[in-house]
Amino acid sequence: MGSDVKLRSALGRARGLGSAREGVGHFYAQRATAIGMIPLSLWFVISVIGLTHADYATLLDWVGQPLNATLLSLTVLTAMYHAQLGVEVVIADYVHGETLKFTLLTASTMAAFLLGAAMVVSILKVAVGV
Amino acid sequence: MTKRDRPLSPHLQIYKMPFTAVLSISHRITGVVMAVGTLVLAYWLISAAYGPDAYATAQAVLGSVPGRLLLFGWSVALFYHLCNGIRHMFWDAGMGFEIRDAVKSGYITVGAALALTILAWAIGV
Ligand code: HEM
Ligand code: HEM
Repeated sequence: MGSDVKLRSALGRARGLGSAREGVGHFYAQRATAIGMIPLSLWFVISVIGLTHADYATLLDWVGQPLNATLLSLTVLTAMYHAQLGVEVVIADYVHGETLKFTLLTASTMAAFLLGAAMVVSILKVAVGV
Repeated sequence: MTKRDRPLSPHLQIYKMPFTAVLSISHRITGVVMAVGTLVLAYWLISAAYGPDAYATAQAVLGSVPGRLLLFGWSVALFYHLCNGIRHMFWDAGMGFEIRDAVKSGYITVGAALALTILAWAIGV
């Protein structure tokens, strides 16, 4: 597809409106994170297999390498963002009561942020040495 | 009753889902399973951050038989969702919409996911 392909009208873009209130932004972010997850998940799987049966010292060494800590954080954050976008769609499809829908959307967003923050903090703590 | 020509949505209890429909709902199920499964990943990383003892406990929990089954399920979900996600993005690019193509790409997806799962666990063990 050429980069001049526009899926939203100028007015829709200006207002940020669409059938889902935000037009193709959500769709695009879901795809962009999905593409990022292809190399990241393969790297992650290979790394986890390499770390099977790893003792604590080996793990510290591995996470202590800045490249590994960076890629691990990136994997975790990209996955959380992608998963949150996906879960939003699932909730929107199956939950119809406005109050319940709002509650679940808010709870899932907060859970995603909480998990993302907890994992990155953990990675950094291990990376700089406990 | 007069016969209506409008299409009906499938009654899930009496409707045999076609192969492609099973693959479609599986993408959703594996996505949600992994989203919940990030709790396991968080548990592992947080345990590592709490120090050697917590990490040893996490290793024991995840290395137990139920723990390994969980990880195995997690890996199946990841590999399936990964392959089918790539299939999705071919559709986004406008390719492979014919039913015959969708069935064919479905077989490729399932085959590739199985192969990756077997490969990962064969190397890992
Ligand atoms: C695609 C995903 C994954 C694959 C293919 C995979 C593969 C494996 C394999 C082959 C083993 C060895 C099992 C054995 O000892 O018989 C293993 C163990 C283990 N994995 Fe994974 N794994 C995956 C995801 C994860 C995740 C997400 C975590 C962390 C939450 C994790 C943490 C562990 C731990 C702690 C063990 C036990 C290590 C031990 O026994 O010392 N794995 N995994
Ligand atoms: C490994 C690479 C991955 C790829 C290539 C990928 C690809 C995709 C694509 C293209 C979609 C949109 C499907 C649609 O429009 O119906 C999607 C949806 C989704 N993904 Fe992923 N994904 C990946 C990893 C993950 C991970 C790690 C998680 C969870 C932690 C996840 C959770 C979800 C969820 C919950 C959805 C929504 C499902 C739905 O709406 O039916 N994905 N994925």
